[in-house]
Amino acid sequence: MQMAAAMAPSGQVTDEVLIDIDRVTQVYASAGGAVRALDRVSMQARRGEFISIVGPSGCGKSTLMMIAAGLLPASDGTVRVGGRVVDRPQTDLGIVFQSPVLLEWRTALENVMLQAEARRLPAADAERRARSLLAAVGLAGFEHKYPHELSGGMRQRVSICRALVHTPPQLLMDEPFGALDALTRDQLVLDLQELWQSERMTVLFVTHSIAEAVFLSDRIIVMTPRPGRIAREIVVDLPRPRTLAMRDSAVFHAVSREITDFFLEQGVLRERAAGLSR
Amino acid sequence: MSTTNQHASGEESPDEHETALAAVEARVQAGLRKRTARARRAALGYPILVVVVIGLLWEYGTRAAGVPPFILPPPSLIAQSLAAHWGLLLNNGWATLVEILLGFGLSVVVGVPLAMALFLWPAFSRSVYPLLVSSQAVPKVAVAPLFVVWFGFGLLPKVLIAFLIAFFPIVINTAVGLESIEREKILLARSMGLSALDTFFKIRLPSALPTVFGGMKIAITLAVVGAVVGEFVGGEEGLGYVLLTANGSMDTPLLFAGVIALTVVGVALYLLVELAERLAIPHAALRQQARGGDTA
Repeated sequence: MQMAAAMAPSGQVTDEVLIDIDRVTQVYASAGGAVRALDRVSMQARRGEFISIVGPSGCGKSTLMMIAAGLLPASDGTVRVGGRVVDRPQTDLGIVFQSPVLLEWRTALENVMLQAEARRLPAADAERRARSLLAAVGLAGFEHKYPHELSGGMRQRVSICRALVHTPPQLLMDEPFGALDALTRDQLVLDLQELWQSERMTVLFVTHSIAEAVFLSDRIIVMTPRPGRIAREIVVDLPRPRTLAMRDSAVFHAVSREITDFFLEQGVLRERAAGLSR
Repeated sequence: MSTTNQHASGEESPDEHETALAAVEARVQAGLRKRTARARRAALGYPILVVVVIGLLWEYGTRAAGVPPFILPPPSLIAQSLAAHWGLLLNNGWATLVEILLGFGLSVVVGVPLAMALFLWPAFSRSVYPLLVSSQAVPKVAVAPLFVVWFGFGLLPKVLIAFLIAFFPIVINTAVGLESIEREKILLARSMGLSALDTFFKIRLPSALPTVFGGMKIAITLAVVGAVVGEFVGGEEGLGYVLLTANGSMDTPLLFAGVIALTVVGVALYLLVELAERLAIPHAALRQQARGGDTA
């Protein structure tokens, strides 16, 4: 969305920087010597923006998200959210992990309500919102099912609702659809876009999937293999709401191509397996 | 095969199609019912069959070989003994049951909070845990006579021995259960601003419950052993005492009857713990999922 700034008055993306990651470096001490995970990563996310972080396994993209959430202290550099330095776990956000992380002894609704209980939100309002979020992702009628009675996709939907029930300004997602089958992923990507359009939160979406990143994002941040650095920032100039048909558009192809070419260049992808002979 | 395809592709009406499909459905369902009924009969029938066969072999084997009853009494003699000493077994069984329950109860009441303390207080854990583990190398049976010296011949030494044997798996399983929680659950709790106390009681402890119950099931069987050992070493009542006196008077049928009574007590208590588990963790799937977490 190149016209992001121009669109500000009508709602979605504003110029206001919400998340400011400034030269964040992460180094792990290990018996075999220090491991560099992130190398001076700087990026900003504007309020209401949908940003994907794409990179190969081990490039530190999940680490970056943990640092942004304040769940992991950075070895060096700072993260500011709304101008305030993050030096402890942030609570002004929702998080979705690759696994749904539901409490097995709570129903779908009770799992979503855990967020409200932890924050001591008024129960009646929170429950109304929880129910409407569950309905929005197609889980009306499943409120009182336990996680083991739900499919993998449904569980992840519950976890997304839990991350949004307190209307946080930020949603951090760490490969949230990585464990799902292709059709379920497509549906969840569509659902997420719709939620984002009605909720207007800032999203940091960590993914392996180039297609998911292109489909969902205003901006894609492409990372190098370890130590993770930001290699490219690509603005996805496709109108909203995006449709599955847009995956065949020239813009979609151009962006996917750019990222794929970068990974080929970096040796993350190889078109000919080295040393394989018949 | 090709004709069925033709049928499916349109020569029959939707109604006919539905009827045909329903017939297949009924056949498949009936097959399932038949298989489950057969499996259920086998699950009950085979063990009974095996017991009967062994019983008959035992009965006629001992008679044919002329084995004296004080070495190996035939089942019929054991049954007679059971019937004759019914009251004795019941009274002493009750005494043993009380010892077991007190010992087991004590091991839960001490073991679970101790495991919590070990978890919440690393310095305590570092100093106490090695002691705890090495204390398990001490054979409790060998300590039993010492308990008689200290606590006499009453209820207390038996309860303490049962406790000492039962409490270890409870501590270890509770500690392991508390430790082995998904890391993301804790990260999630922190991002929600959940307090440390709430995180413990709302997330960590319930996550550990299946493993805790795994420990309790081991503990209850061990508590039976502990109580009997206590009675062996010094006692005037209890099934262990019955075994000892029966042994002294060469009343082998009564010895067997006592063993049977003890087995009944042990199995009943195990089922009771399982019932408690069912009440605490209502969903079978959740209990199942933690089976792998059982240790010790």
